Amino acid sequence: MPTPITLDLSLRQGDFTLEIRERFDARVVALFGPSGAGKTSILESVAGLRTPERGLIRIGARTLFDAEVGTDIPPHDRRVGYVPQDLALFPHLNVRRNVLYGAGAGDGVGQELDRVLALLELRPLLDRDVTALSGGERQRVALARALMASPAVLLLDEPLAALDGGLRARVLPYLERIRDELTIPMVYVSHAEAEVRVIADWVVVLDGGRVVRSGAEL
Amino acid sequence: MSDVISVASFTVAMAALATLVMLPPGVGVAWLLARRRFPGRAVLETLVSLPLVLPPVATGLILLKLIGRRGPVGAVLERFGIDLVFTWRAVVLAMAVMGLPLLVRAAREGFEQVDRRYEQIAATLGASPARVFFSVSLPLARRGVLAGALLGFSRALGEFGATILVAGALPSTRTIAVAIYSYTETGQEAAATTMLLVSATIAFGALMLSNRVAASAP
Repeated sequence: MPTPITLDLSLRQGDFTLEIRERFDARVVALFGPSGAGKTSILESVAGLRTPERGLIRIGARTLFDAEVGTDIPPHDRRVGYVPQDLALFPHLNVRRNVLYGAGAGDGVGQELDRVLALLELRPLLDRDVTALSGGERQRVALARALMASPAVLLLDEPLAALDGGLRARVLPYLERIRDELTIPMVYVSHAEAEVRVIADWVVVLDGGRVVRSGAEL
Repeated sequence: MSDVISVASFTVAMAALATLVMLPPGVGVAWLLARRRFPGRAVLETLVSLPLVLPPVATGLILLKLIGRRGPVGAVLERFGIDLVFTWRAVVLAMAVMGLPLLVRAAREGFEQVDRRYEQIAATLGASPARVFFSVSLPLARRGVLAGALLGFSRALGEFGATILVAGALPSTRTIAVAIYSYTETGQEAAATTMLLVSATIAFGALMLSNRVAASAP
């Protein structure tokens, strides 16, 4: 059962204005469009790293932001698994400590860790330094770190953009496994058409801060 | 010779204690100046740097007015049976106040060099602001903080003007700088020269270490 997501917001950055008024019932919503279309700004607004001028952001029954009633949940209480384009793996922590950074302290953490490590085939890398990983490995560590925080939604910003063709083909199946095996909704930012066709079941096409098209097909 | 050893070890111990005393407020102020915009920020910045430009004796006089028995702080402490002036505690306080600006400057630079992205991502993973500080900001700024602590320690070792005003030149409060002054005043040139060499050696070592820490690779 897909989780309803409401993204209804306006954001102004200098001369650039972003407007989106969408509600989805989909497992993976792709925000598709060229650089500068406003895709990352939307993700950052959902993560609480940017404050929209107006609007409503809801994940399931939970309101993260509502300008009208003054709701603005701080980032650490939003329960979003944000994987930014630059990944931002903590350079002073090894793979294990990065992956466990957002994990709780309950009894189920070990089981959850086993599941995520198996899903992303990360067990052999656990004691490695994150600065010594390849691009694909870094990407999987960032995904595992986000998943271990038990997010209500996964926000993936161009997760394959920094990878070359071969690596991209190797990492994409991991994203499909996350989509198919976990019940976490995803907002997936990309400007690669092929990728969006494979992963998303709803596509919002953005250009210059405006929604150009929104539907099940690209 | 035993006098030289006892004065030198007393000075090093007091400077080390002063460094421990200045670290929590110094690191806190450095982080505030690096990461927050708030009313009175410029005043705080100036206030912290004031001991760098004020004559040390003037700083000592301000401290004396504050911690003397009739001073606002001294009067309160006296009610609890704590006497500061002309004790080793006054030496520590004078050293801490004089070393603080150097610690704050280096630590602030350390915090400014930390990519905010790591702090933002830590927050989205559920880390409270305090946890973000202790698990991400502080470890990533550690070189600046450590270099600042060593600079503050070096400054504390050579402290004279403020120390002599609040702690005097008593046998129980005599630091290397005060001893050099006393020996020179009383014509004990050999003892003054020995003290000078000890002082220069310790300060040289601490400064070298501070520079190496600041320049070390992340």
